[in-house]
Amino acid sequence: MELITPEIGLIFWQTIVFLVLILILAKFAWKPILGAVKQREDSINDALSSAETARKELQNLKADNEQLMKETRAERDAILKEARELKEKVLADATEEAQTKADKIVAQAKESIELEKKAAMAELKSQVANLSIEIAEKVVRKELSSKEKQHQMIDDMLGDVTLN
Amino acid sequence: MIAQKSLKIIVTFALALLPVFSFASKEDSLAEAEKEFNATDMILHHIGDAHGWHFYGEGENSFTIPLPVILYTDNGLVTFMSSEFHHDTEGHHVVEKNGMHFVNLHEKIYQLEEGAHGVEFDEDHHPLNAERPIDLSITKNVAAMFITVIIMLIIFNRLASFHKKNKHAPKGFNNVLETFVLFVRDEIARPQIGEKKYMKFMPFLLTVFFFIWITNMIGLLPGAANVTGNIAVTISLGLFTLVLILINGSKDYWKHTLWMPGIPTFVKPLLAVVELMGVFIKPIALMIRLFANITAGHIIILSLIGLIFILESVGVAGVSVPFALFISILELLVAFLQAFIFTMLSALFIGMAVEEHEHH
Repeated sequence: MELITPEIGLIFWQTIVFLVLILILAKFAWKPILGAVKQREDSINDALSSAETARKELQNLKADNEQLMKETRAERDAILKEARELKEKVLADATEEAQTKADKIVAQAKESIELEKKAAMAELKSQVANLSIEIAEKVVRKELSSKEKQHQMIDDMLGDVTLN
Repeated sequence: MIAQKSLKIIVTFALALLPVFSFASKEDSLAEAEKEFNATDMILHHIGDAHGWHFYGEGENSFTIPLPVILYTDNGLVTFMSSEFHHDTEGHHVVEKNGMHFVNLHEKIYQLEEGAHGVEFDEDHHPLNAERPIDLSITKNVAAMFITVIIMLIIFNRLASFHKKNKHAPKGFNNVLETFVLFVRDEIARPQIGEKKYMKFMPFLLTVFFFIWITNMIGLLPGAANVTGNIAVTISLGLFTLVLILINGSKDYWKHTLWMPGIPTFVKPLLAVVELMGVFIKPIALMIRLFANITAGHIIILSLIGLIFILESVGVAGVSVPFALFISILELLVAFLQAFIFTMLSALFIGMAVEEHEHH
């Protein structure tokens, strides 16, 4: 019975001491300890989440870079292709133009040659005519001495002319 | 390394056998005094409270730290040191203070009636001419409680001052303490009380957890007091939980206790009686559990050691000392377990009381 009979004095001391202990520890120990632990946990969580954000950002950046690279490559290819096409077109145009020009020149040359030839022929004809007249004059002068000769001469010459 | 290890084993065995020798010498003195060994008296003496802190020896030759006796009598407060009883617990030595006479009868102080010079007993050995004044003495248990308090103030002040200076996690013993602080917070308070309200009860839960644990462990030391195995101490601790429940009980809690919704009206008063009893039975269960577990552990160890003297053979020590050692190690576990259970159930009861029910 003695074992389970509480002593009022002990209840008194236990209650007072325990109450004071709670109050002192709450103010000077539990509050700063729990506060510091909470703060540390918060900062760890913050650090973790910011690391996660950074990782995601890095991933995004990488993806962006890749996209950019892809776009750049495509653009370069397009430019190259365009350039090649342009070159071919220019080349083709130039060839064509040159051809036309050459044709034109040749035609012009042909025309001028034809003109020159005509002029030369005309001159030749006039010279031949002149020469013929001179010869005829000379012949006339020489052969006009005798009638027969005159006739013969004229006949010969006329024969020559027709032969030509 | 091996030599060190074997040295450790030898020292451990020597320490384990120490109680045998000390008890053996005690037995000799007992035999000289031709007193019969009474196991019940021995055990009750060891687990009970006392007005002096006895370590070893008998009577005038014993080593006992005297503690202050504080009595609230009809004529006001009376204080003197327990050494004034001269180790007498049979009511023979009368101490006179302020014209009042006191005796120590089995560690309870009695005030003799006016004119009496000695205690007279009836047939059941109850004193006839003496009354007990209100005894507010610093007994062995109160002194042991103070030691726990001082230890707690020192170690947690160190941890707190570490946290005031540093932002990183502590090392060594502070880290161990912090781990248990977090254990109480994350494994006990948070799941039982809930995220919203647990911070309010953390000071009580942490204090009660460490107080019970440290006191339990100190109680296992040789010569220490059996504080948490004393019903008065556990009553006080249980009262704290009860008061917290009564103060913080939500409207829903009282509604569910006194007028349970959702059941037929004629059952409601019946259930209210049962629920109201439950409010008080919960802390009473806490109180008895802690008291009984700690006291039982002490009784087992003392009984095993007592076997040596009951059977009057040193040979029994070969069996009972290893057994006592085994129980002591088990008690180390129980010391933690009981602190955990008390805190856990307190948190659970508080959690039930502060819970706000969802209204459907």
